[in-house]
Amino acid sequence: MQAPLEDVTARDARERADQDSPLVLRGMTVAYDQKPAVFSVDATFRSGKISGIIGPNGAGKSTLLRAALGVVKPLAGRATFFGSTLARSRNRVAYVPQRASVDWDFPARVVDVVAQGLYRRLGLLGRFGREHDGMVMAALERVGMEDFASRQIGQLSGGQQQRVFLARALAQDARLYLLDEPFAGVDAATERAIIKVLKALRSEGGTVIAVHHDLSTVEEYFDEVLVMNVRKISAGPVETAFTPEALDIAYGGRLEPGMRVPQKEPA
Amino acid sequence: MLRDALTFQLGYNATLVTVAAVLLGIAAGVTGTFLFLRKRALVSDAIAHATLPGIGLAFIMLTLSGHDGRYLPGLLAGSALTAMSGLFAVQWLSSRTRLSEDAAIGAVLSAYFSFGIVLLTVIQTMSTGQQAGLESFLLGSTAGMLLTDAILIALGGLLVVALVFLFRRPMSLVSFDPGFASTSGVRLDRIDLTMMGLVLAVTVVGLKVVGLILVVALLIIPPVTARFWTNRVELVVLLAGAFGGIAAWLGAGLSASAPDLPTGPLIVLVSFCIFAISMAFAPRRGLLSSLVRHRRFQTGVHIRQGLLAMAQGQPIYEPLTIRLLRGRGLARADGMPTREGTVRAARALRDEKRWEIARATPELELAAARYDGRTQIEDVLTADQIAEIDRRIGPPEAVQ
Repeated sequence: MQAPLEDVTARDARERADQDSPLVLRGMTVAYDQKPAVFSVDATFRSGKISGIIGPNGAGKSTLLRAALGVVKPLAGRATFFGSTLARSRNRVAYVPQRASVDWDFPARVVDVVAQGLYRRLGLLGRFGREHDGMVMAALERVGMEDFASRQIGQLSGGQQQRVFLARALAQDARLYLLDEPFAGVDAATERAIIKVLKALRSEGGTVIAVHHDLSTVEEYFDEVLVMNVRKISAGPVETAFTPEALDIAYGGRLEPGMRVPQKEPA
Repeated sequence: MLRDALTFQLGYNATLVTVAAVLLGIAAGVTGTFLFLRKRALVSDAIAHATLPGIGLAFIMLTLSGHDGRYLPGLLAGSALTAMSGLFAVQWLSSRTRLSEDAAIGAVLSAYFSFGIVLLTVIQTMSTGQQAGLESFLLGSTAGMLLTDAILIALGGLLVVALVFLFRRPMSLVSFDPGFASTSGVRLDRIDLTMMGLVLAVTVVGLKVVGLILVVALLIIPPVTARFWTNRVELVVLLAGAFGGIAAWLGAGLSASAPDLPTGPLIVLVSFCIFAISMAFAPRRGLLSSLVRHRRFQTGVHIRQGLLAMAQGQPIYEPLTIRLLRGRGLARADGMPTREGTVRAARALRDEKRWEIARATPELELAAARYDGRTQIEDVLTADQIAEIDRRIGPPEAVQ
């Protein structure tokens, strides 16, 4: 595995950065039928940051996340988690899918869904003991849902469902949290509760990557962004990557007049 | 007669049939639960119909090689092979072409079934003299069941139940949220294959008792029945097994006490009766309970609206509201409040104002989401929280 034409020190530096990164994407390409939804996206997400994947509807943001996690099969490219494969890093990676991707009339209580986060610990037949109960309740408390523990999930509001999904990921006790549209269609209280949890995870040294579409909150919520529309448009700290120019390309001039875009001096 | 049958007093064959049927019913119920939750119930219909050509082919091969063509394990092995190919055909069609799964099921089901019927017709014209009885696999036939047949069915049923128990966690994880399951390290394809393999096993084992056309009912009806009674996967599985077993026991008993009635269809009919009763009377999810709940909610909302209107001195136009308020002694015929009505109206208005404040308070926003027009705020917030809210509302105003 050699790249003889590349400058050795540059390559070493890049590899060191990649080794430290919880998630590195190289050449990620996903196609549905013949149409690429994500084309050749490279990205290095930095440890201990809250990163946003930003772009318009249909930009392939969720697809990129799902492809990185192997939920959909990429056509080309690879994802490296903590310098290794996903299969070897599963205990350190938690995924919060879109709330609307499941049927909430499923026969389960809130605790049952959160307990799914302990699947890797319990395995096929491991006994669900008192310490597991404690983990589930602790996760529910972090999202402010402890009073709803024995509720049937079908009775929850959208925001409550989203909190339960986040609690399930917290129960996994991971180092990298990947969230697909965690703020979509939730009430203001839930949005505040979720961002508080994400910032707490960051201060504990965790890494958060969230697909996000509300441009007005990007600067408040995220340290770094990946702006994309099928292809990568810009990436890096919010100050340098979340620019009007990048958004102009991403949204193709389709930014609605009311949409708040960062007001910055062009560099 | 029926009591004898249900207590296994009706002779050797009837007892064999009942025991085998009960184990099959339990196995089908627990397996069907995951099929139903994965929303793939109809795949079992394709699997069942795809057993028929296997039965025909196995019969021909057994006969040509000089064996008894009706040897049950041989026939079941044959049926399992074509059922498996039918299952793969459905999966291939729905994943590799633009056909949706229901269309793929329709195509595979009818093609395999037609092929099976052709084979059965060909077998009837073969001059082996012992072909009678293959049609019994269509609707099941328990008349000539042997001890070995019953043992085969019982062992198959037990094995299926054991495997469902072993794989219950990944199967429910996959049924609820396949994306999360796969990132948790569950191999989706393997769990789906396991699920379908279990369905296939139940189908093959059930051919002799209920036949390939009705085995679907054993897989689907008990889980949907169980769903009316509980909101937890584990309990749905247990109840589905119980309902399946009870239906099989009663159905087999009925058919044993009235020998002209077929076993399989009776089991399915009993199963359907349990379903119908559950649908009507189950607490919370049953029709009757929903109706009662809806009426109660409607009543509560009307009274609340009426009280709020009275508190603010507004007229009440809705006849139902006035009727309900009068019925409770809160209003007179002209819509004016009674003495008690005035007190309750003031209390309702206060409650409404407290909710309003709670909604506007970030820390209470989640609790405030429980407002439904009926719940008293005292049931949701603590006395301290309410005192704080009251401080912000100010002293109570006089209400006329």
